[in-house]
Amino acid sequence: MAAKLRWGELDEDDGEDLDFLLPPKQVIGPDDNGIKKVIEYKFDDEGNKVKITTITRTRKLANARLSKRAIQRRSWPKFGDAVHEDVGSRLTMVSTEEILLERPKPLGAKAEEPQAAGDPFQRGAVLMVCRTCGKKGDHWTSKCPYKDLAPPSEGFVDKPPASDAATGAAGATKGSYVPPSMRAGADRTTGSDMRRRNDENSVRVTNLSEDTREPDLLELFRPFGTVSRVYVAIDQKTSMSRGFGFVNFVSREDAQRAINKLNGYGYDNLILRVEWATPRTS
Amino acid sequence: MRPILMKGHERPLTFLKYNNDGDLLFSCAKDHNPTVWFADNGERLGTYRGHNGAVWCCDVSRDSGRLITGSADQTVKLWNVQTGQQLFTFNFDSPARSVDFSVGDKLAVITSDPFMELTSAIHVKRIARDPADQTGESVLVLKGPQGRINRAVWGPLNRTIISGGEDAVIRIWDAETGKLLQESDKESGHKKTITSLVKSADGSHFLSGSLDKSARLWDTRTLTLIKTYVTERPVNAVAMSPLLDHVVLGGGQDASAVTTTDHRAGKFEAKFYDKILQEEIGGVKGHFGPINALAFNPDGKSFSSGGEDGYVRLHHFDQDYFNIKL
Repeated sequence: MAAKLRWGELDEDDGEDLDFLLPPKQVIGPDDNGIKKVIEYKFDDEGNKVKITTITRTRKLANARLSKRAIQRRSWPKFGDAVHEDVGSRLTMVSTEEILLERPKPLGAKAEEPQAAGDPFQRGAVLMVCRTCGKKGDHWTSKCPYKDLAPPSEGFVDKPPASDAATGAAGATKGSYVPPSMRAGADRTTGSDMRRRNDENSVRVTNLSEDTREPDLLELFRPFGTVSRVYVAIDQKTSMSRGFGFVNFVSREDAQRAINKLNGYGYDNLILRVEWATPRTS
Repeated sequence: MRPILMKGHERPLTFLKYNNDGDLLFSCAKDHNPTVWFADNGERLGTYRGHNGAVWCCDVSRDSGRLITGSADQTVKLWNVQTGQQLFTFNFDSPARSVDFSVGDKLAVITSDPFMELTSAIHVKRIARDPADQTGESVLVLKGPQGRINRAVWGPLNRTIISGGEDAVIRIWDAETGKLLQESDKESGHKKTITSLVKSADGSHFLSGSLDKSARLWDTRTLTLIKTYVTERPVNAVAMSPLLDHVVLGGGQDASAVTTTDHRAGKFEAKFYDKILQEEIGGVKGHFGPINALAFNPDGKSFSSGGEDGYVRLHHFDQDYFNIKL
């Protein structure tokens, strides 16, 4: 492909003069698929002969009817800077990106809007779970037709414990590092005092609003049993709540009841997620 | 649609113009070479070399034989479209901002910028059939309005000249006597510089775009405001579909502010509006800077936009576009 020229053969001011050494330009096609191959040769900066093969596909864009004169103009010779156009210059390119006429609102949205308001099933069907009656994708909680029939507000809706929530004691998977104190047969009593206090019957509460502080959380969880610790994560830099916290119960049963009742409970405009805190696996 | 990107210019685009058959697209930019492209595949046909400054505007004769370009080098040049040969140069004492051939291509209206002590002016030149007979004399010179006149076009039957510019007032002049016939009033008129002005295919109405973030549709004869299209960006360029009742507005925040903000904040899409309902139909994205020029193919099936980024983007509409309903 590249036959190196010896420097001795090059003139002092080499350049255009050497072009006669190059094989002539070849044009193959366009074939039935509109694929055209142009083979050109030129010298690069180091005097190497470079073969440039350009394969282009000519696509028929539109079956536009052209006037006679327009067809004539098609065969006009190039002029100005267009005469000496490099093969590699690629002045005209087809965008690789599909550009769509972006509608300000989805197609036909205007016509469907009144209907959509009455039947919001089409939108956000997955998200929409009525927390009063538990129906999925039918209505929002605030629009629940059964809300008067629901148990009194003090009693939270009982939910079976989520199957994936009880992963609290998930053991270390094989292959991951297990500290000596945690390994099978190790003496667990030493040094686990701290851990016990933090991890025992610990419930993680996420999706808290930023205004929620520890006393609020305590107030929320106290009805379920004796709470030993309440903690809300605070961002050190912004001193804003990070939106999650932990509540430790003295008894495991109280914690389980709190999870059952409060998971999915609407608190300060947000829907809480309450689950067993998974112990740190590090 | 997959737009065709044409990177022939090294500086921001200033103007785009299709010829009457819609097979050629002329582009002007702040580099000195107006360029002609095939409007179907975007192939470059040629460049017109000779200007020594930014080229602000161009127009092509109905038979696609003659091109007229106005440049900041204080000249307006006539060209042979086919060969790129210069036929004639009109000299001015200030940059030429806008050029427009009359119906019949016997006259051309040229606006010149205010410069030093000179005020802006509208010149009418006679265009000779044979370039050898061409002279540089003006048939008519209109002076008066303050500030730059960004665009001047011919009214129906070449009887009037419609102009708009920095003083945000649209004026209709008598093309014979030079008398001011009509002026847009304060309430209905634009509030800021008028950047572009384009006539409908039949000439019965025209659309003006302005930096006051709106475009307005006017009746050509009575200069009554018909419609207003409000957008959230300064409008640099407007175009009207000859096929459907659509108008396109292009613009974006000022070029000097582009580097300091996110490209999504620049609002560089070309926005389509329904001409009658004044409602937005959609936007076409792509440019990395404000859109300076827009043109619709006379068949209404494609349009091109030229941006501050130096690209011309040629869009052939998908079939979907023709079925859009609001």
